[in-house]
Order: sequence, then structure tokens, then C-alpha cells
Amino acid sequence: MEVNEQIAVDHGLKPDEYKKICDLLKRVPNLTELGIFSAMWNEHCSYKSSRLHLKKLNTKGKKVIQGPGENAGVIDIGDDDAIVFKIESHNHPSFIEPYQGAATGVGGIMRDVFTMGARPIANLNSIHFGSTQHKKTKNLLRGVVKGIGGYGNCIGVPTIAGQTCFDQSYNGNILVNAMTLGLVNKNKIFYSKAAGINKPVIYVGSKTGRDGIHGASMASAIFDDKIEEKKPTVQVGDPFTEKLLLEACLELMSDKSIIAIQDMGAAGLTSSSIEMASKGNLGIELHLDKVPCREEKMTPYEIMLSESQERMLIVLENGKEDSAKKIFDKWNLDFAVIGKTTNSKNIELYFEKEKVANVPIKFLANEAPMYDRPWKKTKLPQKIKFSNNDFKKLKFNDVIKKMISHPNICSKQWIWEQYDHTVMGDTIQKPGGDAGVVRVHGTKKAVASSVDSSASYCHAHPFTGGKQVVCEAWRNLVSVGAEPIAITNCLNFGNPEKKENMGEFVECIDGINEASKYLNFPVVSGNVSFYNETKDKGIKPTPTIGGVGLIKDYKNLMTMKFKSKENLVLVIGKTEGNLDQSIFANVILDEKKGPPPEINLFNEKNNGETILKIIKEKLALSVHDVSLGGIMIGALKMCIAGSKGIKFYKFKNLTNIYQYFFSEDQGRYIIEVEKNNLKKVESILKKNSVHFDLLGETTDKEIIINDEPTFTVDKVTEFYKGWLYKYMS
Amino acid sequence: MNSSVIIFPGSNCDRDMDVALKKFGFKNKMVWHDDDKLPKSDLIVLPGGFSYGDYLRCGSIAGKSKIIQSVIDFANSGGLVLGICNGFQILTETGLLKGVLQQNKNIEFICKNIFVKINNSENKFFENIDKDVLELHIAHNEGNYFCTKDELKSLEDNNQIAAYYCSSDGKVDDKSNPNGAMKNIAGIFNEKKNILGMMPHPERMIDQSLSGEDGSIFFENLLKNLK
Repeated sequence: MEVNEQIAVDHGLKPDEYKKICDLLKRVPNLTELGIFSAMWNEHCSYKSSRLHLKKLNTKGKKVIQGPGENAGVIDIGDDDAIVFKIESHNHPSFIEPYQGAATGVGGIMRDVFTMGARPIANLNSIHFGSTQHKKTKNLLRGVVKGIGGYGNCIGVPTIAGQTCFDQSYNGNILVNAMTLGLVNKNKIFYSKAAGINKPVIYVGSKTGRDGIHGASMASAIFDDKIEEKKPTVQVGDPFTEKLLLEACLELMSDKSIIAIQDMGAAGLTSSSIEMASKGNLGIELHLDKVPCREEKMTPYEIMLSESQERMLIVLENGKEDSAKKIFDKWNLDFAVIGKTTNSKNIELYFEKEKVANVPIKFLANEAPMYDRPWKKTKLPQKIKFSNNDFKKLKFNDVIKKMISHPNICSKQWIWEQYDHTVMGDTIQKPGGDAGVVRVHGTKKAVASSVDSSASYCHAHPFTGGKQVVCEAWRNLVSVGAEPIAITNCLNFGNPEKKENMGEFVECIDGINEASKYLNFPVVSGNVSFYNETKDKGIKPTPTIGGVGLIKDYKNLMTMKFKSKENLVLVIGKTEGNLDQSIFANVILDEKKGPPPEINLFNEKNNGETILKIIKEKLALSVHDVSLGGIMIGALKMCIAGSKGIKFYKFKNLTNIYQYFFSEDQGRYIIEVEKNNLKKVESILKKNSVHFDLLGETTDKEIIINDEPTFTVDKVTEFYKGWLYKYMS
Repeated sequence: MNSSVIIFPGSNCDRDMDVALKKFGFKNKMVWHDDDKLPKSDLIVLPGGFSYGDYLRCGSIAGKSKIIQSVIDFANSGGLVLGICNGFQILTETGLLKGVLQQNKNIEFICKNIFVKINNSENKFFENIDKDVLELHIAHNEGNYFCTKDELKSLEDNNQIAAYYCSSDGKVDDKSNPNGAMKNIAGIFNEKKNILGMMPHPERMIDQSLSGEDGSIFFENLLKNLK
């Protein structure tokens, strides 16, 4: 088939991009070459709309061993231990085929982590669905949860935390972001940079089939009425093979045979071979007849573009082929020498003794388009003036019930009970806490991790929203007593060719960057997912932040559950009473406008560090950060977790009880302290100039407001835990 | 005491079991599925996981693996065999234990703490155990025990039911049945009571920092009984 502009456009390339290809090559590419260009130059692989802005991110820090640009980021946690972690999106495929889309999302991110020599020790996920009233939501939720569980459970890596959100902006584009943490010896990390000429290039893992061809291109396009036709572009996962691949790779990594290793993720063999060669400034020669295929008569084009899962490409030291093959034979996996590194600096493909492609690698990697897309700034919305009339008709108990059982606040137990969260025997904080925590096997250390997004805030004001998500991740780690170290980000946005969407992206990044710098909480890995748009309707800007922190002695883990009755409950950080963009304003007052809560980075850092000090001095019995739903929801969650009640003290100078209890002012925590420790806690808070209020005291079961009993903790628990079970039954 | 844990491709609780056995004083060895001989052992454990991917009936391929004949011989000569979760499924596939483990009634994977009531403590596994209701942990998709009426009758007649799912105070009822298992059966023995298969994972309950410590009671007691 002769390649022409129309065929290039059908491959998702723009006419001017096609012209650039012809100019670079000084000829018309053949179909295989065009396929390779389209795979490397699509948004998903080339980051052509985002690269310019991602460069700005704060990626450096004392504990950063590897920042963005590798399969995953790596941080130092002391004693030669390092944590490898990354978050990645699998949004488009999960909407088309929720089970396989979500499953292969989990599989892909785990491969990114063990490719670097790390054994995965924890999975997390952030999933966003459309309105709970939307006809597709239930099935999508069920399918995604089954897919995530089906893959992670089989591999035997615990899923320790996550986040689930419902909003109608995801009706046509759900988000499935999967994150994995792995543990590695910091002197034994493997990278994807090839080195040396005439080194064998090895293909290992599953056989190549026709699934997932153009998956990366599909993930770089908006959806229309014909999305059902795209089902064949969704890959099919095989967690069993991945488990074997994991064990075989880690076994091979225990000696020094591997020069470079890269998993075949988006754009399969194409991107893995080109990335390894490009990073090493080498050429690569592949003989495609040697690629193990599971279907007959696959063409070079199909072999290069297949996104079949559970495959890896390895550049091996000469002479190590036999010993390496033995390991893969033991695990019953394919192992094939399919080519070698060269000094041509080109990718040269052979099939049935013919040369079928020959392209300089720099055209595919360095010369990929980079756009400075036009973007529009979002103005800070005007504050809403709430009047006492707005609250008059409300009944406090009804509000509590509605808030605690709201889909975005209620317990997600229905979800996480379907994930194996205890396998590997080191999960010391299960899902349902502020962050998941796993011990570093065989040591005193533990690693905490959480994943967060705040799309409503980002939608209202992307710059503030970007800062807020980073702070939220920081607070979640602090709340379990972990010292926050670094983050990974998954940037889910609409169509970058629209200046509003591009503006949201740019300003969210600026916000993330500012908070990340101030908190010394660098970004070490991440991914961008654009074109989350269906028929002209884009999602709310949703940067998802995965945070990782360290607890030096796991016995000092802090939890959110109230421990016993008659202890004091304090709110740390100032409550201003801002309701704009709060879930209360949205759900109870139906007010969706206004600016998100302000972020004061000084307070954020100071309050967080003070909380860590209080935890370290063993003065706090429980800690929880205040987020969605404000103080009331925060305190009730602590009641529910510990099966205790709370008596709220009467407030002086309080204009409005709703503003006090449901405002989502930032930088706040709720802590439980013993009465006779109050003085000590007070003195630390005062010394650090941290504002605090005495909120109340814990009770046996009753929740008491203004001296009046409202609900018992058991009743509130019913509201909190019941909603999702009912919805899904 | 010497124990051996069999690793099938797809096993994923092998390390957890190794950690637990060693913690309580077993000298444990790991045995690869493709071996044909077992090391000298006082206890053989088939761990949890997804052996061979469990794409057919759970445990069916493992039930035909190379090592399994040695396990069967060991069991038939009176050796102690423990199958947890996928290990239980494998034991039913070999015929060493009766019945099958079907998909959970709610067709969802379940991972949570549950309680079991020990039904028969006249055997090496539970003899002299301090508590008769243990808090353990389950994590499975196919734990819904089923057998024929005749098989159930013989299990009951021979006192082969090892443990029932129950409430925290030991009540065996529908409410405390997590997966739809017939009669709330969580684990069973063979006729001679030297083979135990059960869905709950005691190895995940060996530390107060984890889900709880009732698994420790099980292992400590087992070791005592073997000495």
C-alpha cells in the first residue's frame, strides 16, 4: 500500500506532521514506517502538547535517585533501600472495556516498576466515574473494580489505598489511574538506557498478538459515537503471565547480565526498542520473524504496533543468552534473541530477509513535534456571599445524614474488600485510612502512600486546585505519621487543542509546582492523559497526585480512629468558614460557583511539621486531616473508625454552625489527645505559632452537638457504609 | 520441625507462609512444583495464590503437577498436609479432600477478617488449642464450599468438618457466612484428619500490626502438637 496524506491522517497524524515526516526522511515512508511514526508522535508517547510545561516541574531533591524520564521514579528511604513508584492512566480503554482496560492499567504500571528491578509491594488507584444517576456508571464501576482486583489479586500485590469520585463531567470519559510502589536495593536499579554495540536484543514474556494495535493512538483521541468500534484496540491482560514475568525478571536481575530493560507498554515493541536505543544514542536492528507471535501471518506493521501485554525487551551482555534463557524456560516464558544494538543510529527492521523499515531514531524521538499550544488563564471566581437565609430551612441532622452518605464522602468498603489488601503480610494500614501503609519487609521501616485529586477545585481555579492536591497528599501522609518524600502525578485533562483545556493544564502544573517546591515534595514520575473528551464535552481538570512518605519505625504508625472516651479533640489550623466549592455548598445549597479554598503554603508546611512533632512525642492518640465535608465529616470519620462518639463543645463567636462545620478551609487536622497531655500539646502548638481550637471530647457512642444528642456512632456508620452497598446491589 | 511449602507458578502466599512458619520455629524449605521429590518434612503446606493462573477450575492444573504425586504419597502415609485457600482448592482437585470450592455467592472477590469456630480439635492441627473461635482473614474469589449430600453426611459422620464461619461470639449463622459455603464450612479434614484444607489465611494474622494475632495461636499450637 502506497502511503499518502489521507492514510497518515487516518493514523492520527496531522497533515503538517505528515509533511514533516516526508521532509525528514526525504521520501515517503512505507506503511510500517508510517505506523511507527504515528505511534511515536501521538500525544500519549510524545507528550507533544505537555513537554514544554512538564519541564518546569520541580523534580529534584536530596532523596531523589531518579526523576521523570525513566520507567518510574526512585527515592531513597535509607539503608540502601529505595522505593520505585509511578502512577499511570488507563482512561480511554477502561471506558470502552472496563474490566480489561482497568486490569491492563494495573499490569502496565506494575511492569514499569519491576522493570527497574523492584519487587512491587503496594498498589493504589484513583478512579473517577460519571454521575451516580448515569446509566453507564454502575457497570463501569463494577467492571473497573473487578479488573483492578482481578489483576492485582492474582499477582499477589496488596492494593492498599485509593480514591473514588463521581461527577457528571466523567459521564463520557471515566478515569482509571493506577499506581504501584516497588522496593529495590538502591545499588541494583535497572534502567532503560542501552549501551554498547552488537549487544543482543531479547524479547521475553507473552507472545505477540493483534490486540491493542493503535492503543496509544486511541488514547490520544477524543471519543465520538463510534467508540464501540474501538474495542479491538483494548489490550487483554494475563496476570498469571505477568506474575511469571515478574519472578523471572527479578531472578535474571540478581546477576549482572542486563544492560538495559524496558517493558513493552504503549506502542509496544516500537516505543520500547526506540526508547532504549535513543537513550543510549545507538541504533537497533530487529528481525521481526523472530518475534514470538500467537497469531498467524502477522505483518511487520502489526508486530511493531501490537500492544499485547506482559512483554519486555532486554539488552543483554554478550554471552549471557544461555543462562538468561534457562531462567525464562523455568518460568515457561518465551525468550527470543530478536536483534542487536548497532552504531547506525537508525532503527532497521527485517522481515523474511527483507529490510522493511529504516528510520533514524532521532526523527522518532528528538524530532517528535512539540507544541506551545495557546492557552487561556482562568480568573479567580468571585466569592459567594452566603446569607443566613440560605441556611434557615436546613435541619442539621438531615444535613449530616446527607453529607456522610454522599457518594464522594461515603465508605468505599464495597470496592476495597474486592482487592486483596493484606497479601505479602506487611499491610499495617489498610484501605479506609488517610494513607495506606506497608512495612518494608524485614525492617522496622514502613512506607505510606496516598492518592488524591480535587477536580472541583481545579475546575474552579486550576492554579489553586493544583496547589491543593499536592497539599492534600502531603497531609494524608502526615496524618499517618509519615515524613512526606515525593510525589508522582497523573495529569488527566480534556482536549489540549482547546485553549481553555490547555490553560487548565498549564495552570494546574504551575500550582502543583509551587506547592511541590515549597513543601520540598518533588515530582519523580508521572503521566499525562489528554483528550478525555466525548462529543465536545471534556472532563473537569483532574491532576491526580500520588504521594509517598516514610515512617522510620512502623510501631509509630498513626491512625484516624478515636481510641477511647473522654479524650480531648482539637482542630489544628484555622477555620475561616469558607463554603465556596465545598461539597456542602454543592450538595446541600446547590451552589457550584465561587473560588476553591485558599492555600497558604506556609501554614500548610508549618501545621504538617507540627503534627509530625506531636506524633513523634507520642502526644496524639489519633490524627486525621480535614478535607471533603470539613470538620464535621472529618470528626465523624474518626468516630466511625474507632466506634466512639464525640461531644462537640459550644462555640463562642460562631456566626454560623454550617460554615464552621462544613467549610473546607485548608491546612487543618483533627487530633485526639489525653486530657493530661493538653498542656504539652498546647505548648508545642504555641511555640510553632499554630492556630488550634478545642473541638470537643470523645464519648462512648453518642454524637452530641449543642448539648443535644443527634445520632449514635452506629447509626452514622450505617449511613456512611451503607450507601455504596445499596447502590451496587 | 521441618516443613515444606510448595511453590506453583502463580502461588503468591508462599513467602507469607514461609515467614509465618519460620517465625514460630519451623525449619522451612521451599519446593518447586517441577521437582518430583519432597525434602524430609513433618508438614507440607500448599499455599494460597492463583496456581497456573487458575484459568481452568481453581487448583485443577496444580492438582496434576509433577510434585503432587509425592504430596499424595506423603499424605497417604499419614504425613501432615495443610492447604490454605488455593491450597485447599488444590487438595479437593487431587481428591485428597472431598467437595469443591465454587465462586463466592456474591460473585465478588472478598478480602476481610472473619471468625471461624473450630469444630474438631481431636487432631494434630487443633489439639489443645486455647480458643475455639479464631479471628482469621480471607481473600478469595472461589471459597464457596460445596459437596454432595452423601459426602456431607460422611463429613459430618466422621467429624471431618474442621471449622465453620461464625460470628465473633461463635454463632454459626447465615449472617456470618462470607461466601455462601454449604453449612458455613470454612475448612475440612480427610478421614484420618492428617490433611486440612481451609480458606482462611492464618499466616496473615501473626502480628498485632497486621490484621490480628489469632493466626499465631494456630501456628504455635501446631508446632507444640508436632513436637
